[in-house]
Amino acid sequence: MANATLSAIDFDPAYARAARRYFIGRVGVYSFLILFAFIYLLPLFVIVANSFRPLPEIIQNGLIGIPHSLSLKAWGQAWDSYCVSGTCEGMHRNFFNSLEMTIPATIISTLLGLMNGYILSKWRFRGSEILFTCMTFGVFMPGQLSLMPWAFILGKLGLANSIGGLILIHCVQGLSFTTLFCRNYYLSIPDDLIKAARIDGAGFWRIFFKIVLPLSPPILIVTVIWQFTGIWNDYLFGVVFSSGRGQPITASLIGMASGGISVRVYDVMSAGVLIGAIPPLLIYFFGGKYFVRGLTQGAIK
Amino acid sequence: MSSLTISKLHKSFGPVEVLKGVDLEAETGEFIALVGPSGCGKSTLLAMIAGLETVSSGEIRIDGKLVNSVAPKDRDIAMVFQSYALYPTMTVRENITFGMESRRVPRAAQAEAVKRVASLLQIEPLLQRKPGQLSGGQRQRVAMGRALVRDPKLFLFDEPLSNLDAKLRVEMRSEIKRLHQRVGKTTIYVTHDQVEAMTLASRIAVMYRGELQQFAEPREVYDRPTNMFVAGFMGSPSMNFIPARLADGGGVAVVDGPDGARAALALARPLTNAGSDRAVVLGVRPEHISPARGNGFAGKPGLAMLDAMVELVEPTGAETMIGLRHGEREIVARFDPDDAPRVGETITLALDMAKACLFDAQSERLIG
Repeated sequence: MANATLSAIDFDPAYARAARRYFIGRVGVYSFLILFAFIYLLPLFVIVANSFRPLPEIIQNGLIGIPHSLSLKAWGQAWDSYCVSGTCEGMHRNFFNSLEMTIPATIISTLLGLMNGYILSKWRFRGSEILFTCMTFGVFMPGQLSLMPWAFILGKLGLANSIGGLILIHCVQGLSFTTLFCRNYYLSIPDDLIKAARIDGAGFWRIFFKIVLPLSPPILIVTVIWQFTGIWNDYLFGVVFSSGRGQPITASLIGMASGGISVRVYDVMSAGVLIGAIPPLLIYFFGGKYFVRGLTQGAIK
Repeated sequence: MSSLTISKLHKSFGPVEVLKGVDLEAETGEFIALVGPSGCGKSTLLAMIAGLETVSSGEIRIDGKLVNSVAPKDRDIAMVFQSYALYPTMTVRENITFGMESRRVPRAAQAEAVKRVASLLQIEPLLQRKPGQLSGGQRQRVAMGRALVRDPKLFLFDEPLSNLDAKLRVEMRSEIKRLHQRVGKTTIYVTHDQVEAMTLASRIAVMYRGELQQFAEPREVYDRPTNMFVAGFMGSPSMNFIPARLADGGGVAVVDGPDGARAALALARPLTNAGSDRAVVLGVRPEHISPARGNGFAGKPGLAMLDAMVELVEPTGAETMIGLRHGEREIVARFDPDDAPRVGETITLALDMAKACLFDAQSERLIG
């Protein structure tokens, strides 16, 4: 016993070496992580800082710098008075355009995905697997492939250059994702539940609303976040199929950059970019943890 | 009056034939156990009775009415699933009333029915809980409650006890038996556990490879299995199969022993018309083998003697399993613990020939 305590106090060169190596290793790992976090967060910092810095200060001190004084002027300008291609009402109209487009498109494509997933997983029919494969093909198809067909369809439907047209596009383009998500999630719901409900006398809709839908919140959150951020951030369809005051905010940002004015208004541009980024950030901020949880659900059990 | 009649039922999934012409019928109030190894088609058969699988050909009648293409909800059945299939987002009460809600049963009648079933199964304290908060045995009860709350023509059970631990399984088994005696509904019970089938059923249907092997009362299935599959499947440890040849005009089975030695076992029921030298298989259950020693064994009628070497002794408490070797064959016997021999010993076994079965070696069918 006495021996044991003694030897614990004794200097053990092997132990000291291991401890030193562990310490150096930790320092290395953390420096590495901090460096990359810094690189990754720097652009966000620059944009946020510049949106609050007065323009003369930016011009004087350069794009990257700590704000010396804070001003909300750029935010105000970007919101309702900055001039883009001749009209001087900022981007608030485009912001609302984006909302008007994103909210209905998210809701509709999610509902359709839930229904598709429910049918393709629980009410299989001859050829349903082939149908599903075809639908998921859309996941891998680049958006630009469908630009011309969409131009044709929107023209025929009289929806060219309208929010309604963009809603239609995003519903259809998003369908393959929402269907894939929901169908795969519903595979984890045991078929026995459906069978039991059928014996209990429940039909297609009753089983959906009473049994499947109450089990769906995890995938509902995933799908809504995915669709909302995807549709909000879409640039391609917005630029191609809308113009001027009818554009969603992502498309209108380009007008701000190519305004044709000799002075680059970095402060207003920063504020504009942030206004365009806030809704998806908020969604991710509040729903992010459910998003990650939802994505991994079923993967473990 | 039979409440379930199945005739010439076939089922194919693509090119795979799962059921090959099954005939089955259950009298009102009967408890039928469908038993067989996994993949024998018993669960498919049950799903077809429930209407969850389509019928390839043949007929299913419930209470005389043809139900081949009747929807599950209109067949007047209730089913208990292996996974229990309780609706996870609903409370126990909602689980039990879901079927009645679907059928628009008045609230007052629902409450009455829940009360009756809850007290029958002693689940009153659980009514407000969600399935996730219940133990395995409690879930099992709730699943049965959901079936019992209706007054169906037919109860279907799909391996309801296989997810429970051994002790609970035995408890729930007796409970199901008591329930059936009390409620008296026609029940079809699928299981792969032959003990469950023996203890619960009024008749057992043994299935193998999509075919019905035997459909009879438990004792008959156990004592007089129609073929070697049934004989081997029912009973644990399973029946010993000893290859032999008929001799002496069908009155004696000759068994080849080690080193060219032969044992002649006199049959309790001689096969007069079987012809000599026919290859047969003698089936003897472990409990029908006893040690041939002590007082006056040789004189007892209907016993045949066979020498074998003891290889394994497994005491289980109430009885002791003896692994024996006779030539190239292994024989398992079930001895009283007091009679247990030592490993390595060669002992003389007494086979109870009156209880033994004789199978044709070729067709594997029971011949005597």
